[in-house]
Amino acid sequence: MSTIAKPIVKKQSEEKTIEKDSVFGVSNLNLWYGTDQALYDIHMDIYKNEITAIIGPSGCGKSTFLKTLNRMVEMVPIVKTSGTIKYNDENIFDPKYSVEDLRTRVGMVFQKPNPFPKSIYDNVAYGPRIHGIKNKKDLDTIVEKSLKDAALWDEVKDRLHENAYGLSGGQQQRLCIARCLAIEPDVILMDEPTSALDPISTMKVEELVQNLREKYSIVIVTHNMQQAARISDKTAFFLNGELVEFTETDQLFSNPADKRTEDYITGRFG
Amino acid sequence: MGTGITSVLTSTFRLDERGLHMGIQNIQSKEWTVHDQMNAKKQRQKKLRRLEKLIPVFLFLCAIISILTTLGILYTLISSAIGFFGEVSFSEFFLNTEWKPWSGSFGVSPLITGTLLITGIAIIVAIPLGLATAIFLSEYASDRTRRIVKPVIEILAGIPTVVYGFFALTFVTPLIQHVIPDLKIFNALSGGIVVGIMIIPTIASLSEDAMSAVPGNIREGAYAVGATRFEVAMKVVVPAALSGIIASFVLGISRAIGETMIVTIAAGQSPTLTLDPTQSIQTLTSFIVQGTSGDTAYGSTIYYSVYAVGITLFVFTLAMNFLSQYISRRFREEY
Amino acid sequence: MPLRNQDDMYKRRKRRTAKNNIFRTLFFTATTVGLIVLAMLIYRVLSQGTGSLSWDFIRNFAAPYPDEAGLLAGIVGSLYLMGIVAIFSIVVGVSTAIYLEEYAKKGKLTTFIQMNIQNLAGVPSVVFGLLGLTFFVYVLDFGYSLLTGGLTMSLLVLPIIVVSSQEALRSVPSELKEASAAMGASKWQTIFRVVLPAALPGMITGSILALSRAIGETAPLLVVGAATAIYSLPDSVVDSYTVMPIQIYSWISKPGDEWPLLAAAGIIILLIFLLIMNTIAVLIRNKFQRRY
Repeated sequence: MSTIAKPIVKKQSEEKTIEKDSVFGVSNLNLWYGTDQALYDIHMDIYKNEITAIIGPSGCGKSTFLKTLNRMVEMVPIVKTSGTIKYNDENIFDPKYSVEDLRTRVGMVFQKPNPFPKSIYDNVAYGPRIHGIKNKKDLDTIVEKSLKDAALWDEVKDRLHENAYGLSGGQQQRLCIARCLAIEPDVILMDEPTSALDPISTMKVEELVQNLREKYSIVIVTHNMQQAARISDKTAFFLNGELVEFTETDQLFSNPADKRTEDYITGRFG
Repeated sequence: MGTGITSVLTSTFRLDERGLHMGIQNIQSKEWTVHDQMNAKKQRQKKLRRLEKLIPVFLFLCAIISILTTLGILYTLISSAIGFFGEVSFSEFFLNTEWKPWSGSFGVSPLITGTLLITGIAIIVAIPLGLATAIFLSEYASDRTRRIVKPVIEILAGIPTVVYGFFALTFVTPLIQHVIPDLKIFNALSGGIVVGIMIIPTIASLSEDAMSAVPGNIREGAYAVGATRFEVAMKVVVPAALSGIIASFVLGISRAIGETMIVTIAAGQSPTLTLDPTQSIQTLTSFIVQGTSGDTAYGSTIYYSVYAVGITLFVFTLAMNFLSQYISRRFREEY
Repeated sequence: MPLRNQDDMYKRRKRRTAKNNIFRTLFFTATTVGLIVLAMLIYRVLSQGTGSLSWDFIRNFAAPYPDEAGLLAGIVGSLYLMGIVAIFSIVVGVSTAIYLEEYAKKGKLTTFIQMNIQNLAGVPSVVFGLLGLTFFVYVLDFGYSLLTGGLTMSLLVLPIIVVSSQEALRSVPSELKEASAAMGASKWQTIFRVVLPAALPGMITGSILALSRAIGETAPLLVVGAATAIYSLPDSVVDSYTVMPIQIYSWISKPGDEWPLLAAAGIIILLIFLLIMNTIAVLIRNKFQRRY
């Protein structure tokens, strides 16, 4: 299925490279956990309506980098950062920058499905509600639309008010995506969203991610190189906290510029 | 207003669906819907967020109440005790062996011996029974038995002390009088025994927790060389869990010292400098009850003496609590 | 000569097994002692008290004669008192727990508050009575009122609520908080909409256990001047009052053969209240146990 989608993908990314319409501009980013440096001097531009994959061996800083983009990394109190990340030309590390606003525009899907212990409906309506939308009809519309966009509507439309914990792992993850879509972010960050799922659920989520590209910019961390090759437009390779190579996915996998990238994608380590 | 927006929403939603089907991007329709609504609420949300900054302040003030409580206790006890020692000398308080506040004798030692007597009897009852219960539950009993018996034992800790007092006075005392006919109706023995029963769950439960926390592989090592359950319990598990067990003893002792109703009801109100458990005595706690109920005038020496006794009691139990915390922290087993 | 004498070892093993069996019996017997005492206590109370139980016993006020006396003032007083304790100690206790678990930065002050709460839990209840006597009765001039009793009791059970609420908050998986924060929820929104609902069962259980401690406490209320006999229900929080354990205590201390029977009847009512509260707590705990 993903192979069918592929050609369309290419056409779009070619258009984009001409426009150079970036959502995130990362420059000079360094990050420390206490005294341990986890990211070294990252420069990277992330473009609109593209799927950017981040690959690398575990502990290379790829998840840390992802969580820096919506400042979730600050949930760990000992984290320090330097450098800038510009989101739509505003530095997100600016003390005046509202982290809540940033996270409203930049959604996130986590490694393990983490629905709230509430009903399916309340899970999806959570975001709109915390941003002040209370009207029942509006919420109904948003919930239906988000669940449809997350390709979950048909499976759950008859049990919207049942607890989300009754769903399978794959359904839970798609529910988390629906929850994220409900506030219509510009960017969706995905932290190994399929690593806890079985192959069929993984396929469904991958398919969904492909479809979401039409409206959203997506950054996806994955430990699975095939996945990156299948779904992404651009791929970044991280190693030991450094960004080794960042280019078109095809190019990175067929003709890597860096020896370390080649070693990694040919399976010499990692 | 709601319906208007909803209809717009629904129509954009249809557009989206068609857009998806035809493979056309439709960013504009997206910019409509939820965003506009969220932006419309933005000012209100901002105000709410600013108000939210006050919440941690309120929470902090609540957290401070516990500290104020401690300071309040210290202030209350110390200031009134100072009032007391303005009228009665330290040496009178600690060296006089008579506690007859209504006739002007303020020697605290009978109350202390009374408290120690009760605590001693309680320990003699509670430590062997509590520890044996803990060993049985942790080393011998099946999982099922433990799951049933432990909560039932813990019920003993939830019974109001006034009920224990009733039990001591109307059941335990007559029972012991069959054996010791000289036993007074109000006596230290039955009070002490029942206080001991009351603290069994404290000792059993906490010791059992400590013993259950000893990892299975340490036990298996001993079983593998042919040790019996008893040998494993006494030579491996109890030594490994010793700090937790001792901490539970100390906590039990602290409970016994501070116990009020059982001794007020069953042990009597006659402060006597004696270690004879068949006699009627008075403890620190039961004097506090006696000295405050009734018509003690505010500001009188007797009123202040209650606080002097209170601070003595407080120091005893505080020392025990610190000791128990110190033991369990200092000797915490690292498995 | 062989290092291990088989015969010797066999004899020793038999001795060791026998010893094991003896102690097993001893430990088992010790365990049953607690259970037997509990059974005896309940049996004694029931056998002595059921005779005096009647609707009149629940409907009547205290009286100079055993056959006319009832527990009404105590039952109503205990319920009022629990109301005050519930409002005050749950608000303050849960707030303290939220502050300590969600907002407080690790530091000396936080450690101090935490240790202080631990120590308060070990202070004898009668000492709380002395605190209430000075501050609520005299300094704030609430007198020997329901309010004084309620506030004193609230401070007494506060540590129980704080500690159990902290445990409940700690058991909420951090993934849920992350999910909420990642959607642009503010800290308080996350706490109010995600953390508190998930921690609620644990908090309710802890609060009920704290209230059941409060309903059985006697000593501090004696110190802060709860009345032993009262002939009308309290009209306001500054009215005088009595509670079940105080009435029971006053009956125990009265001379005569009939009063202890009345005390036993009072104890039955008190134990029924405790049983109901603990059953609710256990049901809540079982219903919501381990959902993540």
